[in-house]
Amino acid sequence: MSATSAIAAVRTESHSASQWRLMWLKFKDHRLALASLAVLGLFYTIALVGPFLAPYDSWQTSPFAFAPPAKVHFFLPGHWGRPAVYGMKVISNPKTFDRITLRDRTKILPVRFFVRGSKYTWLGLIDSNLRLFGVEDGQINLMGTDILGRDCFSRVIIATQISVTVGIVGVLITFVLGALIGGASGYYGGVVDNVMQRFLEFVTCVPTIPMWMALGAAIPSYWSDVKVYFSITIILALRSWTGLSRQVRSKLLQLRDEEFVVAARVAGASDSRIILTHLLPGFASYLIVSLTLEIPRMILGETTLSFFGLGLRPPTVSWGVLLQDAQNLAAISSYPWLMFPAVMVVICVLAFNFLGDGLRDAADPYKE
Amino acid sequence: MRPEGNTILEVQDLTIRFHMRQGPVTAVDGLELSLEEGRVLGVVGESGCGKSVMSRALIRIEAPGTIEKGSVRYIDRDGCEVAIEKLDPAGRAIRRIRWKEIAMIFQEPMTSFGPQHSIGAQISEAMELHGILRGRDRQQAVVAALESVGMPRPTETAEQYPYQLSGGMRQRAMIAMALSCGPRILIADEPTTALDVSTESQILDLLRERQMALGMSVLYISHNLGVVAHIADDVAVMYLGRVVERSPVRVLFAAAKHPYTLALLRSLARVDRDIPGRLEVLSGGLPDPFLRPAGCVFHQRCPECIRGLCDRVVPRWVRLDDGSAVACHLYGGDHA
Amino acid sequence: MLNQVYARATILSRYVLKRLLWASVVLVFVSFFSFLVIQLPPGDFLDSYVETLSRSGMGVDSAQLASLRHAYGLDRSMIVQYWDWVTRFARGDMGVSLLYAKKVNVVISERLPWTLLVMITSMFLMYLISIPIGVYSARKQYSTGDFAASIVVFLGMAIPGFLLSLLLMWLVYLVFGISLGGLQSPQYMDQPFSWAAAKDLMWHLPVPIFVVAVAGMANLIRTMRATLLDELGKQYVTTARAKGLEERKLIWRYPVRMALNPIISSGEWLLAELFSGDTVVGIVLGLPTIGPVMYRALLAEDMYLAASCVMVMSILTVIGFLISDIVLAFNDPRIRLS
Repeated sequence: MSATSAIAAVRTESHSASQWRLMWLKFKDHRLALASLAVLGLFYTIALVGPFLAPYDSWQTSPFAFAPPAKVHFFLPGHWGRPAVYGMKVISNPKTFDRITLRDRTKILPVRFFVRGSKYTWLGLIDSNLRLFGVEDGQINLMGTDILGRDCFSRVIIATQISVTVGIVGVLITFVLGALIGGASGYYGGVVDNVMQRFLEFVTCVPTIPMWMALGAAIPSYWSDVKVYFSITIILALRSWTGLSRQVRSKLLQLRDEEFVVAARVAGASDSRIILTHLLPGFASYLIVSLTLEIPRMILGETTLSFFGLGLRPPTVSWGVLLQDAQNLAAISSYPWLMFPAVMVVICVLAFNFLGDGLRDAADPYKE
Repeated sequence: MRPEGNTILEVQDLTIRFHMRQGPVTAVDGLELSLEEGRVLGVVGESGCGKSVMSRALIRIEAPGTIEKGSVRYIDRDGCEVAIEKLDPAGRAIRRIRWKEIAMIFQEPMTSFGPQHSIGAQISEAMELHGILRGRDRQQAVVAALESVGMPRPTETAEQYPYQLSGGMRQRAMIAMALSCGPRILIADEPTTALDVSTESQILDLLRERQMALGMSVLYISHNLGVVAHIADDVAVMYLGRVVERSPVRVLFAAAKHPYTLALLRSLARVDRDIPGRLEVLSGGLPDPFLRPAGCVFHQRCPECIRGLCDRVVPRWVRLDDGSAVACHLYGGDHA
Repeated sequence: MLNQVYARATILSRYVLKRLLWASVVLVFVSFFSFLVIQLPPGDFLDSYVETLSRSGMGVDSAQLASLRHAYGLDRSMIVQYWDWVTRFARGDMGVSLLYAKKVNVVISERLPWTLLVMITSMFLMYLISIPIGVYSARKQYSTGDFAASIVVFLGMAIPGFLLSLLLMWLVYLVFGISLGGLQSPQYMDQPFSWAAAKDLMWHLPVPIFVVAVAGMANLIRTMRATLLDELGKQYVTTARAKGLEERKLIWRYPVRMALNPIISSGEWLLAELFSGDTVVGIVLGLPTIGPVMYRALLAEDMYLAASCVMVMSILTVIGFLISDIVLAFNDPRIRLS
């Protein structure tokens, strides 16, 4: 296509596209955001598939404590061209009685795929024991093991499931709270608005992490893991809704007095109809951007809370819980592989932020 | 209005381009213009014809556009020529010329002033920049400037903030600020477009009065032929980045030459004549800025277009006896 | 002339008064919340006290318990208890801390100066660094400086505070061989002021302040960059340029001042976030500030201490809100006159 007809083609398309198609076209140009979308797709696929990807259960202990990450070799004798790892052995230091886990080069374990491992229930629906990979007569620890010999790779996979979904569930609650309160505030104005604003300001006056900690500490220790999970997401959402509520309110205040709303009211539309069909589509894109940017805050919040023991609790695993093992200098310098969940957190949060930025730029009709 | 004086500003072959993601856009294309001392030149054209960009280039605030070709020569008070197109847009030389020699007022009175500084402070700042007066003298000059543009309570207004004034008053304050350093040229970029009609006429009268009192040259840009008729001594008609016709105002309205000008005049509603049928409107629309027409920029919409000539050869300036100049093949534009 | 000064002063004071009124309302809400924090764990103060006693071998029988309960007023209704607690708090009586075996207000006041030190220096640093970087990023988009600024932004955004403190602690240990816990080396604690002690403080301060500040910096830089880019396209900037103002002076005098508005108003929640940062960093690095104290109190179910910490931090945040509102009014005349 010649340059001129190419230009003409693009311009025709943008003349006739819907709001969402326009957003998508602009979004495609933002390469960082696209890459982030791909990364997040990977994370959520891991979360969906879950235990299948992990060779072991997250709570399965073994005698091989603090084993370093296993290197996968492709050119070992007898297993040319196929993946294999070395086995491990445990040695006691005769003077200090410390136990160290070392590579045992005499034992070669071929990596097999689609093996049968321990049972798990996928998404609470289907029972299975199929694992993507594993070894016989030994262990494969791609990310090493922790103090109880538990496979870090498996734990990270399971933790990913929990950590990334906390954000989603939390954001849903945030959306409901924020939209309701902000919507009522902005639409009705007057006393309703005043009271809700004072309430909102009070919430923002209490520092975030102390507030979360105080509420997290209040969760009784005898509550079930599921209850704790949902309590944590609600606690996180109790802070997040303020940002969304403010946005919704200011947009509604702006739009409330616009003429098309007055026209709708004169035509006899009910309040909820006005809000839902007339006002909401106008700033739906802003809402989506806000929500996307809230998710990383929630993930960081959960990670921090769990790290300090006031969030999710063992045996539940999340990135924050896993990082409890990496709490001091000794641990980090001797067993750096314990920091891997930190890498996951950073990448996930960055990806969400870039995605949110990309969405925001794409939604802005005035941006070049 | 004074008799023809010396040329004070001369623009030759000016070309300004904007480099956008989709490609370069030529906003001003080989433009020729000259401004005489003490006279008012009205520049008329449709939205998007490049008149604003051109005016900004005169004081080098054309960014993000770039001057690719051509010259802008300013003849200063001592008669020396200054090649404005060669000056560094952020340099001291052009900053000395700005406001003191060539001042500018803009279309948007509502946003032309910084919202967080008082009107008086901003006018005073202009004077301070160009070393005019000090201390109490300057304060009094600020008040005097506001008075000269017809502000009802100049001392109070000087202390007020822009948001406390109406659009018309803000534009007056803008004019006061623009004239505060006694410039030789005032560029007025559609200063009344955003105002209601009665305020507009007041501002126009004010501008004319000030122009006559100070002997300034004015470059008045507008898309409104009626306004231009009211205020200008000479008129230049722009289309798609070029000046297509330039005449003294009476000559233009009585005997326009270029088909575009004629079309514009025909489409005006007039009180003094009966117009049979509907108002004539130019057919078609402005061409895509990325796809400039070859030859004469107007040929695609011109009712007198000569196939083979107008769509290939760019017409040159021809000066005619009645004081007008036109760029059109109908008047022999293919040979200078 | 004097008239104007007087007029401006009255407008400003009326504005301040309005804000003070607002602050009081909010603080009432905060007190509800703090009281809630006290009541949240199962059981009450006495139960924890009895636990502590029984752990050290002493017992309390049920009759004694009942009379103690009555003496402490723990058998009254919630509302009465709340009122009692709030009025006492206002007078400075915040209860007793089981964990530290001291009065709560003593525990807090011991740590208040350190907390304020960390807060104020962090805020100072934050604004001092972020604003010029934000302005630079907006003016010289896509330059190396802009890129470097983006790195700082990412650090602040994506790395959790506790992680950053850990990493920096590790880094300092690797490079300097110093283990950086707390704000003072043991030999200077509780000693009168000396230059050596001050130097020691200088060594300990940078890491906590940097971590606390960096999250806020990320936001400030982004806000400044985005707002400035917006403002730079506006008409008043062109007018200023056409007047002959130098580019640099022009940018700081007009659009940056406008861009300061969202910066200042973001300063409101910034203080709350600083306390969050202080809590996290404080726990990891063992700082003598209020945040870690609250954390330890929560873990030990020392509820009066925990609630008082929450209350004190919130009060300081509200004061921060007030200050930033007043600064905003100074910066933008439209706000104080509305």
